[in-house]
Amino acid sequence: MTVETSSTTRRRPRYQIKVVGMLGLAIIVFWLIVAALGPHLAPYPIGDIVDQDYFGPMSRDFWLGSDYLGRDMLSRIVYGARYTLGISLAAVTMACTCGVVLGMSAAVAGGWFDSVLSRFLDAMSSIPSKLFALVVVSAVGSSIPVLIFMLAVIYTPGSYRFARALAVNIAAMDYITIARLRGEKMFHIITAEVLPNIIGPVLTDLGLRFVFIVLLLSGMSFLGLGVQPPAADWGGLVRENIDGLPFAAPAVILPSIAIATLTIAVNLFIDNLPVKIRDRSE
Amino acid sequence: MANLVEIRGLKVEAKTDANRRIEIVKDVDLDLVPGEIVALIGESGSGKTTIALTLMGHTRTGCSISAGSVMVDGQDVVQMSEQQRSRLRGAVVSYVPQSAALAFNPAKAIMDQVIEVTQIHGIMPAEEARQRAIELFRALSLPNPETIGERYPHQVSGGQLQRLAAAMALIANPKIVIFDEPTTALDVTTQIEVLRAFKDVMRRAGAAAIYVSHDLAVVAQLADRIAVLRNGEVQEMGQTVQILEQARHPYTRELIAAFEPHRAPVVLNEIDERRPLLDVENVVAGYGWSKIDSSLLVKAVDNVSLQLYEGRNLGIVGESGCGKSTLACAISGILPAVSGHIIFDGRELGPGYKERTAQQKREMQIVFQYADAALNPARSIDDILGRPLAFYHGLTGEAQSKRINALLDMVRLPTSLRGRRPGELSGGQKQRVNFARALAAEPKLIICDEVTSALDTVVVAAIIDLLRELQQELSLSYIFISHDLSMVQAICDKIVVMYQGKAVEELAVENMTQPQHPYTQLLFSSVPKLDPNWLDSLARERPILTA
Repeated sequence: MTVETSSTTRRRPRYQIKVVGMLGLAIIVFWLIVAALGPHLAPYPIGDIVDQDYFGPMSRDFWLGSDYLGRDMLSRIVYGARYTLGISLAAVTMACTCGVVLGMSAAVAGGWFDSVLSRFLDAMSSIPSKLFALVVVSAVGSSIPVLIFMLAVIYTPGSYRFARALAVNIAAMDYITIARLRGEKMFHIITAEVLPNIIGPVLTDLGLRFVFIVLLLSGMSFLGLGVQPPAADWGGLVRENIDGLPFAAPAVILPSIAIATLTIAVNLFIDNLPVKIRDRSE
Repeated sequence: MANLVEIRGLKVEAKTDANRRIEIVKDVDLDLVPGEIVALIGESGSGKTTIALTLMGHTRTGCSISAGSVMVDGQDVVQMSEQQRSRLRGAVVSYVPQSAALAFNPAKAIMDQVIEVTQIHGIMPAEEARQRAIELFRALSLPNPETIGERYPHQVSGGQLQRLAAAMALIANPKIVIFDEPTTALDVTTQIEVLRAFKDVMRRAGAAAIYVSHDLAVVAQLADRIAVLRNGEVQEMGQTVQILEQARHPYTRELIAAFEPHRAPVVLNEIDERRPLLDVENVVAGYGWSKIDSSLLVKAVDNVSLQLYEGRNLGIVGESGCGKSTLACAISGILPAVSGHIIFDGRELGPGYKERTAQQKREMQIVFQYADAALNPARSIDDILGRPLAFYHGLTGEAQSKRINALLDMVRLPTSLRGRRPGELSGGQKQRVNFARALAAEPKLIICDEVTSALDTVVVAAIIDLLRELQQELSLSYIFISHDLSMVQAICDKIVVMYQGKAVEELAVENMTQPQHPYTQLLFSSVPKLDPNWLDSLARERPILTA
């Protein structure tokens, strides 16, 4: 058998990196840079009508054509990245953090805490999400904090259900019993003992939920209830320019492609995260 | 006679996550003549199941046959297409898995599953297959052979399910049956019935068999020849009697030696009769508490009393379902006892662990059967051992690191394992880490719940030696809960035998081998012996006990 030397255990861990995952990461990083440097990258201000024509084709002055008012499409997509990425990321982080923390707590605590929380969130998830969003926005008006908070509320119950189902299996393991016998507090049990064992599926779920949020936000904007003009997220851009569809205008195709690349990239990346190589006997 | 199976120069490779190839079976030759039973014996990881599975042309995920030939009934399964192999499986070569409970589909009646293979291969009409299945059920001495097939898997016992799995394997008249540790998960008393049924039915069917096991005594009852494996190589091969009596290879001798538990001369320390370390008085525990008539639906532990003195060891034995693990849960407070008293170190403990003080919880540690489930797979050994040190003793940084090294040294593990995760350790190493974690608390009492039943014989002997040494160094007391009598006899000075929730007999060190209670006698006589004639010499009708 191979002899273990101390050098093999001290060596920096290596990772198995998958090409598809890296492709996904590259696209995400690209969009993050676009969102971060938006005002510096955009050739024209967001609301200015710069083209003589509307639904203009791609040209040297307007790389991605112009929209229904003759505004530069490239600038609008670059600015839109901020809204789409920012709102969706904030909402998905809130939804998954709340859902996963509550789900793990319910699974570990059990009893009435679990029952009350589960029934309450079941009731929440029985409300159709789009209707709920429409009602909230028409009641309190559309602003970015409202959008973020509303999207987070809509997607928390699903995340909770998912995390709880995973954590229930972990909570029945002997190592949790031992931690309980030791007298560990809830915080230690959920963060140190449960979370590391469910983090893989939870991240996959986060990826999927991000996509749903991007799509719901785009849907809301499409209906005119999302980000308000003259600013527009990608879904809003599709709606504004939907009349250009018969003219095959780039103004309607390109924001759709932007939404597609981002959502697919997030899922490619999360499903192909680098795996630490744990084969140490070399 | 022509060989039914000829394995020549078989090599099986596995691929690690760093894309490195490891040979897990190295150049194995094996023959099998019709009607013969050959046992493959060795510790876990020796490649015994891997070799047996190649007879069906199957390797587990990530493994592949890299060289050699496996001739089954004149055809080489290595060269076969997957389609040809599936024609072979079940019809020519069949398989009895270790856990029949996992091999049966819980949603289908047993009969449909038993005869399924004859329908897939179109061997016989369904009605004929059913008749044959009933004959097999009878041959395997299953109760109600005519109607047992109509039941569902959860409606029969574990031993019966294992026999039904054998019927499933034999239904299509295969030439070779692979038994993969079929009795490892069973109690000794059940194991006898299953072994006897296997032996009878194999004799009648005239099929050849490969019997994979790590238990030499079980294998001795059935096999004509034994192949001893280690590290993917055949170390020694010969007739059963020859292997048992004139083992040549040192590893085989070690296996046989591990079988005879070497009882160290017991030096019993002086004890204070009036002050036991643990005094359990009339404890009742179970499941399904009903508030209406304030009683338990299932009384798993019924009025059990026992005493344990400092520096002594107590064994609790019995078959599965006798309440021994529930008793451990009641003592440790995982399952609060409904009535009775648990007095530990002079103070009465609360029934549930939440009602006990931090010191009481620290001084009584429990070590569970499955180290896999008891160690968090996502955390390193460092974290697993560091946490109780930080929690109980407030050790951090350098002091904690030193103590972890000392603990690993105590359980004879190299400190280079600190960065690893439990999944990267062997079964024996995991169980040692499990002990090290209990020791980190600096307890007075360790409750060991079946700690050795998932381990190989040789490893068990090493763990017992370790526990004995630790006891002397740290003045610990142990409670051993086990169905493995020889292990308990090797280390305990008092044994409590449990049967249907009651403590039926208490054996002290002097009369440990002369039980009085009929159940204890049955239990003791059920432990397989290395003698190949042991099974046949047992009384045909074993006493049936009713409480």
